[in-house]
Formats: sequence, structure tokens, C-alpha cells
Amino acid sequence: MSIKVTKLNHIYDKGMPTEQAALVDISFEVNDGEIVGIIGHTGSGKSTLLQHLNGLLKATSGSIEIGGVDITQPGVSMVDIRKKVGLVFQYPEYQLFEVSVAKDVAYGPKNLGLTEEEIDERVREAISLVGLDYDKVADRSPFELSGGQKRAVAIAGVVAMKPEVLILDEPTAGLDPKTHKDVLGMIKEVHERTGNITILVSHNMGDIAEMADKVIVIDSGKLVTMGTPQEVFSKGELLKSVGLDLPPITEFCNEIGINDTVLSLDEAVGKIVDLIKE
Amino acid sequence: MIRDITLGQYYPGDSLIHKLDPRVKIIATLLFIIELFIVDNFIGFAICGAVLAAVIIVSKVPLSFIMRGLKPILFILFFTFALNIFMVKGEVIWSWGILHITKEGVRIAVFMAIRLVLLIIGSSMLTLATKPLSLTDGIERLLSPLARFGFPSHEIAMMMTIALRFIPTLLEETDKIMKAQQARGADFETGGLMKRAKALIPVLVPLFVSAFRIAQDLAMAMEARCYRGGDGRTRMHEMKLKKRDFIAFALEAIFLAIVIIEARMF
Repeated sequence: MSIKVTKLNHIYDKGMPTEQAALVDISFEVNDGEIVGIIGHTGSGKSTLLQHLNGLLKATSGSIEIGGVDITQPGVSMVDIRKKVGLVFQYPEYQLFEVSVAKDVAYGPKNLGLTEEEIDERVREAISLVGLDYDKVADRSPFELSGGQKRAVAIAGVVAMKPEVLILDEPTAGLDPKTHKDVLGMIKEVHERTGNITILVSHNMGDIAEMADKVIVIDSGKLVTMGTPQEVFSKGELLKSVGLDLPPITEFCNEIGINDTVLSLDEAVGKIVDLIKE
Repeated sequence: MIRDITLGQYYPGDSLIHKLDPRVKIIATLLFIIELFIVDNFIGFAICGAVLAAVIIVSKVPLSFIMRGLKPILFILFFTFALNIFMVKGEVIWSWGILHITKEGVRIAVFMAIRLVLLIIGSSMLTLATKPLSLTDGIERLLSPLARFGFPSHEIAMMMTIALRFIPTLLEETDKIMKAQQARGADFETGGLMKRAKALIPVLVPLFVSAFRIAQDLAMAMEARCYRGGDGRTRMHEMKLKKRDFIAFALEAIFLAIVIIEARMF
């Protein structure tokens, strides 16, 4: 499974006075098993891009190949695309609606037309994969759970569809530090267990540096730069010019004169110890 | 899709019509509606149409924008037209099976259609050329004499303001939830009526939850800013009738007189 986006353009309200280009000639590739981080400030076109990847928005021009199938071509079944590509929206807990957690998680698999046994199995698997105890939460109303648990349930609802590509739009927005960590850990866990492609949008540069194999930077609908976290976060000036920042730890190390692009706390500790020894 | 609804929408501008006192505009619109029902011949409708056209031209609201608001009521329009044309009894001019078209039927159907179109355009001119906030201010002031009899005019105006304010928010919310459920394989477009109605449950439940959450947040925010109802509340923009408001009112009175005389004469 791989994703290949070529010269993707999207124009909102085409032909109207309010016409606005939301995506301009976006091209990138994602290989099997990668975690990709997409960063860009608010209104840069990230969400628009994500919605193209599972066919919720139609491209004005360009192609999106997912597993060799160009989903921008007419006649491609949307159900097939959504089977392959799961999208978790921002604040996904606001889409919970069922009377029990198990039923809510089952909504997606049910729409895929699976058998009862398959659905039940997937629901159990997904709920435990996001770190919840099936026996404890399955029959409870999703509305009486805590904020972090609600989000976990909402993510489980998409994970239960077993998408080969899992896209998450700011999965940690508005969470407290502990839940924030839990959710990231859960995404990693799902990624490792299922071997999917994970695409992650975040405003938190630290998260991206820690999680991603590849980083894509978007500004006003254009792809600014792309590469490994090492490559992208070595371009501090460029990131600042598009309203983004370096991860705090990278910034800190730059400030105290470590010129390598340091991305994690452990790495930083090592470098600082070296510096002191000198 | 949902965003295309223009009924009750405001078209920003600073034309003379926009600047008129909202109270004058509300009363003029009410009178216009009454006039439409006084009129019952083509000359009368021509006069009403001409006045409405003049208002539209002065307001500088593009015609295409106004016409978009007519689209949702096209169905009602055809329905009333068909009902009138086939149901009214009188001198039969065409018949096919059990369907008869009468001379009187045609007359009433055509008049009703014109009346409805003018009614919709006329009343949408009020909302197109008046900021929602000044509109509700105007309503509050017009209803305030009733406060003496215990009528909650301020509360009603406040409810309307809030309702208007949250229409776009809720539309956006609906769009977001629909997309999220579509991403989970929901299908809103195919199937029979029952299946489609059922498919909406995953949208409606979260939408209601959101609406309550938004309402609660707003109530809290209002209380935090010491909102305590209309008593003794002063306003930032005091409404004062200006010369142009009196002129507009005089014109409206002349228009009403013409319509009444014209209807009596023919």
C-alpha cells in the first residue's frame, strides 16, 4: 500500500466571486508503513488536503493514487475508498451518537456490511487497541465517559474499520498533558500493531518530531518543504516564515549552541552532557 | 449545499434602504404584505412590482442574489399554482379526464403565484438590507408598548438575535458531522425514505448534543457578563428617526393610498 498525490489542486467556489484556491499543485508520496506528519498554521489547507485523501472533497485537478487506484477518477466506489482510508476528524468525540460505546464503535464496521461476528470481533479489538477495557466500557453510554475516553472511543470507531491508511486531524487538540500522551501512545500502538500508514496533522511540533518518519509543511495551500523530521526541523528560518515553530527542545539546543537538529529529550540530554564534558 | 440558503440572509451594503430605521422597514414590509392582499387586478400588481423593483434598485442588492432565495419555495409555488388552477370552480375552458381548468381558476392561480413571489421577495428585502441585530432591535422597540401588559418583548428579541446568530454555526456543525459520519461509511444519498431518515440519526444526535453544549456555553458567558434581562438596559446604538425615515414613511403611505383607491376603482 502506498499513496501518491500528483499536482493536486482544489479551488473553493470555482467561478464565483468568492473563488479561492485552497490547494495548489500538491505532490507527495507516502510509502507503506510510514507515519507522516503534516504541519501548517490554521487555514493553510491541511484539513482540505486530508478530506481529499478519502474522497470527501473532489479535486479540481490532479490525481490521488491509493494502493494503485486513482480515486479522483469517476466510477471509483466511495465505500471502497473509505474501507481503505479512515479519517478521524478534529474533536471526533462530537460525532458520538449511539446508546453504548460498543454500538458506536460498531457503526463503521456495520456500514462496511460485515457479519455480526466480524463486527463484534472488530469492536472488541478496536476498543482494547485504544487502551480501554472492553468489559468496563462496552455497555456504557459514550456521553458519560471522560473527555479523553470519549476521544479514544471515537478513534476506535475508525480503527474498527481496519483502514490501511489512518488519517488523524489534530488528534490531541484540547487535551490535558496526560491524555495527550495517552492518545499519542495509542496512535503509535495502533500503527505498530496494524502496520498501517498513519497521517497525522498537528500544531504541536514536538509531537511531529517524535512520531513522524516524514514531515510535510503546507502554507497557503502550497507544499513548502518535505522530508525527514531531521531535514525539515533544520530549516528553522523557513518554518518561522510560514508561521510555524521548531519543537521546543530543538529550539533550546539551537539557543545553547548545539548546531545539530535535536528532536528528542533523550538526544538533548546526551548532547548537553557532551557539551559539559568539553 | 446547505450554505446556499439565502432566506433570512443579510447582504452587506450602505444604500439608503440599508440605512433606514429598522422600525420603518418592518412596518413598511408589513404594509406591503397587506397591500398584496388588497390588490386583485393586474394594474395593482404592476404598481406593487414597480415599487418593489424601485426598492431593489435603490438597495443595490444584486437580483441574482435575491432570486437564489426563491429556489427553495419553487415547490410550494408550483403546488399552490396547480391546486388553484384545477380546484376552482367556474367556466370550464379546458378539461382532460377529471382535471378541469376554469377561467376563474387561471385568474386566481396566476394572481396567487404573483402574490407569493412578490411576498417572498418583499419580505426577503427586509432581511437582505437590514442587519439581523438592528432587525431584532427594531422588533423589540415595536413590541415594547406591549411590555406593559406583561409581554416579554426584550426576551423575544434576544431569543431571535441568538437564533439568527447561530444559524451559520449550526450549519457548519452539521456539515462537519455529516462529513465525519461519511468517513465512517454513512450513506445519505441512496435508499428509500425510511433508510435515508434512519441514516440521519448519526447526524442529528451529535448535532443536538452540540446545540445544547453551545447554548450552555453561551448562557454561561452571558451570565459572566452580568446579563439580567431587559429592565434598565441601555443600548449602544439608540434608534432615532431621521428625515429620511419620515420621507420613506410618507412614500409608503402614498403607496398604500394608491393601492386602496386602485382596488376600489376597478
